[in-house]
Amino acid sequence: MRRSLTVPIVATLGFLFLYAPIIALVIFSFNANRLVTVWSGFSVASYSSLWSDPQLLPAAWLSLQIAAIAATIALVLGTLCAYALVRFRRFRGKTVLQATVSAPLVMPDVITGLALLLMFVAMQSLIGWPSGRGVLTIVIAHATFCTAYVTVVVQSRLTDLDLSLEEAAMDLGATPVRVFFDVTLPIIAPALVSGWLLAFTLSLDDLVIASFVSGPGSSTLPMVIYSKVRLGVAPEVNALATIIIGFVAAGVFIATLLQLRRKPAKA
Amino acid sequence: MTTVPADTSSRPWDFVQRGLAAVGISGRGLVIAAPALWMTLFFLVPLAVVFGISLSVKQFGQPPYSDLLTTESGTVQLTLHLSNYLKLIEGSIVDGGFWFNLAFNLIVAALALVIARGLSRSVEPLALFAIYAVAVVAGALFLVTLYTADLNVYLTAFLSSIRIAAISTVIAILIGYPMAYAIALAADRWRNILLMLVILPFWTSFLLRVYALSSFLRGEGVINNFLGVFGVPPLVMMQTDFAVYVGIVYSYLPFFILPLYTNLVKLDPALLEASADLGARPYRTFLSITLPLSMPGVVAGAMLVFIPAIGEFVIPSLLGGPGTQMIGRILWDEFFGKTNWPRAAALAITMLIIVVIPIMLMQRAQNAVVEGR
Amino acid sequence: MAKKPQLVADTRPWRDPAAKPFVRIRNVTKKFGDIAAVADVSLNIYKGELFCLLGGSGSGKSTLLRMLAGFETPTSGTIEIDGQDMSKVAPYNRPVNMMFQSYALFPHMSVAQNIAYGLKRDGLPRAEIEARVAELLQLVKLTGYENRKPNQLSGGQRQRVALARALAKRPKLLLLDEPLGALDKKLREETQFELVKIQETLGVTFIVVTHDQEEAMSLATRIGVMNQGEIAMVGEPTEIYEFPNSRFVANFIGSANMVEGVVTEDEPDHVRIQSKELGTDIYVSHGVDCSPEQILWWAIRPEKINLSREKPAPQAGVPSETNMVKGYVEDIAYLGDMTVYQVKLDNGRYIRVTKTNALRGDPEAISWDETVWASWAGTSGSVLVS
Repeated sequence: MRRSLTVPIVATLGFLFLYAPIIALVIFSFNANRLVTVWSGFSVASYSSLWSDPQLLPAAWLSLQIAAIAATIALVLGTLCAYALVRFRRFRGKTVLQATVSAPLVMPDVITGLALLLMFVAMQSLIGWPSGRGVLTIVIAHATFCTAYVTVVVQSRLTDLDLSLEEAAMDLGATPVRVFFDVTLPIIAPALVSGWLLAFTLSLDDLVIASFVSGPGSSTLPMVIYSKVRLGVAPEVNALATIIIGFVAAGVFIATLLQLRRKPAKA
Repeated sequence: MTTVPADTSSRPWDFVQRGLAAVGISGRGLVIAAPALWMTLFFLVPLAVVFGISLSVKQFGQPPYSDLLTTESGTVQLTLHLSNYLKLIEGSIVDGGFWFNLAFNLIVAALALVIARGLSRSVEPLALFAIYAVAVVAGALFLVTLYTADLNVYLTAFLSSIRIAAISTVIAILIGYPMAYAIALAADRWRNILLMLVILPFWTSFLLRVYALSSFLRGEGVINNFLGVFGVPPLVMMQTDFAVYVGIVYSYLPFFILPLYTNLVKLDPALLEASADLGARPYRTFLSITLPLSMPGVVAGAMLVFIPAIGEFVIPSLLGGPGTQMIGRILWDEFFGKTNWPRAAALAITMLIIVVIPIMLMQRAQNAVVEGR
Repeated sequence: MAKKPQLVADTRPWRDPAAKPFVRIRNVTKKFGDIAAVADVSLNIYKGELFCLLGGSGSGKSTLLRMLAGFETPTSGTIEIDGQDMSKVAPYNRPVNMMFQSYALFPHMSVAQNIAYGLKRDGLPRAEIEARVAELLQLVKLTGYENRKPNQLSGGQRQRVALARALAKRPKLLLLDEPLGALDKKLREETQFELVKIQETLGVTFIVVTHDQEEAMSLATRIGVMNQGEIAMVGEPTEIYEFPNSRFVANFIGSANMVEGVVTEDEPDHVRIQSKELGTDIYVSHGVDCSPEQILWWAIRPEKINLSREKPAPQAGVPSETNMVKGYVEDIAYLGDMTVYQVKLDNGRYIRVTKTNALRGDPEAISWDETVWASWAGTSGSVLVS
């Protein structure tokens, strides 16, 4: 059957649209001209200004720490939640839990951020905790919305998982806890990894919620970037973006390689 | 399921389990309780707090809002202020004509749609087309009435949020559908690479991608430099609504493509063959088989663009101009700029209601699909 | 359930060398990469036939069917339908309709919309479409189900909607891919009957792909047995069963006891085969196209072997000490309508014999561990040279 060319042409333009700005960003991170986006020769000046920037690198380190802790908390809570929702047949408040845990996925960031901040303030004036806002409140906020994402990822994997595998283990004498650690966990491990990575990325990326719940001295990387780029082009941000894109591309490349290597063994 | 009752009395875990069971806690209960408590404390309670504070008023001090409960000469008094919600409407110049036009057009449009659906089996196509035309015209007049009215800054922001989100969603559908379709049709070895290319931007920072787009669109940006080579004068793209559309589509396109792609690959090729076998040319097969069967994917994807776009803050603030008033940005200004926390809270509650409606529609559409097949 | 014998006797165009075939498949090969799914197949199918393509999975039968429908293009060779070359004709322009194995009913359309789909593509007036849909619903006994969606139907009902939809455009040729495969056994037997009846009423040419030999035997006017992309044999059901042309066909259709032997006598009116494997000489009372000393195979169906406790008397026209062999009953499987005996011969080889259970609870029936003689007539077995 003859296929029309419209679909491939529009699809190609779509991919071009997705990638052209990123590619331009990477190219201009090596531009000698600091201010204008006109190519004026190769230089690594923006990388040296990134290195000497007093805010960006400390903020990046802080963001990485926050993201790691928040993602880990979200992984534990999200896995428990997904397990309860998929494997426990019926319990009081199941629909409420399902709704509550999927709501953050579609909740606008400004609402989530405002709500958490108002609650932290109210709690402080009621019971004195948390005293002020900072890293702790950011971690709590991030862990909360990341839990929703981990739950979705793990839930879909658990739903696909053949229940008879777990029943077989129980039939052979394993208690529910043993079954979870011996059978369920190893099988859903890839979903846990991608859930954690997803949570980590989302936390690292969040500007709005962190802006609400952070306090003095706890500026995360997106907050610093935002304050820099609000006023225009910032070459050191180009450099940082290039490094991040490099890491992500390498990570995805390695992940794809690992997947390709695993496939023949399966087939 | 045949569970062999194993002798587990000597296992340490069992001891813990029995201990917990003695005080009424099962292992099952713990699994549920941990995430349930966390989400209640840090998600549901905060929303309740927002609602409460939206009913107080701004005052100077720490925290900058009035207490709902006050103790006056030994009695506890509850004071609720609706002023924050009233302020959201106040100052709009609307008269009886406006309300009449609004209601009249809405009713006509709804009525025409209902009639058209009811008659679709028994009426000539031309007559049906006429009824649909009435519905479209009435709907358009409804929107015109709404958008030309002299409304206050909050209502304008709500309306323009919806408009910007809706237009961006339509653009995302027009670009994303061919992409998802192309990926679903691609040969196996290409399919995974293309999928990865769709997902990859998602793993890089959202903020940095918006920044990349801004340096692409700005006056001395890449596009204008490129056009300049051909002697085209620089286009003003930054700080316009256009830039916001581009920004939203650019940021949320993967969210549209993925659910649609998942839907399209599940489409049974035998259905397309059956259609061809019965005499349908490829475009006919697409219109009568592929498109209707992929609607759940389109709706799911569209909601994933529309809903976050309504509350978007970063994109209008980095790409939009001063005229681009979206509700997320207004809320931000109200909170950080004017430190009017109760007003911001009222905006948040209103926005929440606007976002919940499309979510419920989506849920209904999904349920209809589950039952319909 | 196949066509009535007298009808078949009247209309067996494949026995008439002057008859013009309706579907002419000539030297068709289809390769996927290096693998030939269909290899050099030539086949003539005549108007009004109910032709079955029978084969195991991967035998190429479905690929052949899909080439007829136009979903696959032959790598080489030509397909003609009603005298017209089909190689450049797109599926949507072919005078052919197909009933899919999965039925491929459009899930978002009602039963009536599914059936009307092809008619709408032809641009028929609305009134005519409605009349035709009603007529078809009556034909497949689904009147009253117009507005159901496919997921509100049972498997058998879906099958009938698929049939009605494929018949709606009055195709000259209907292709059916495992039409009964998704139904359970009882329903399948009933539906087979209805399918033949509909085919006879409408006079449409049917080509049915199936892996179920019982289905093929009961439906078909002729069967084409496929093996590894090639046509192993084409013939009427009785020919395929009673006169298989190769070891593959003899084994694939029904069950057969097959032994290797050497021709010791090759006369125009009989052949004598010495078989070490069977432990006796086989006397075949008709001529065979072979040469002395040639190694060949002899196959006999289990129901064509007699079992007796006493050594049987020599048969008329058959030399003594041929066509009989001694063994003992090692195993018995009682199937209700018949009993299967697993007989171990003196040389250690097993043969399979079946006996119809004509008497209820026969006290004389042969039992476990009895010594028995197996014997057969000179015309019962088939000599196979390939």
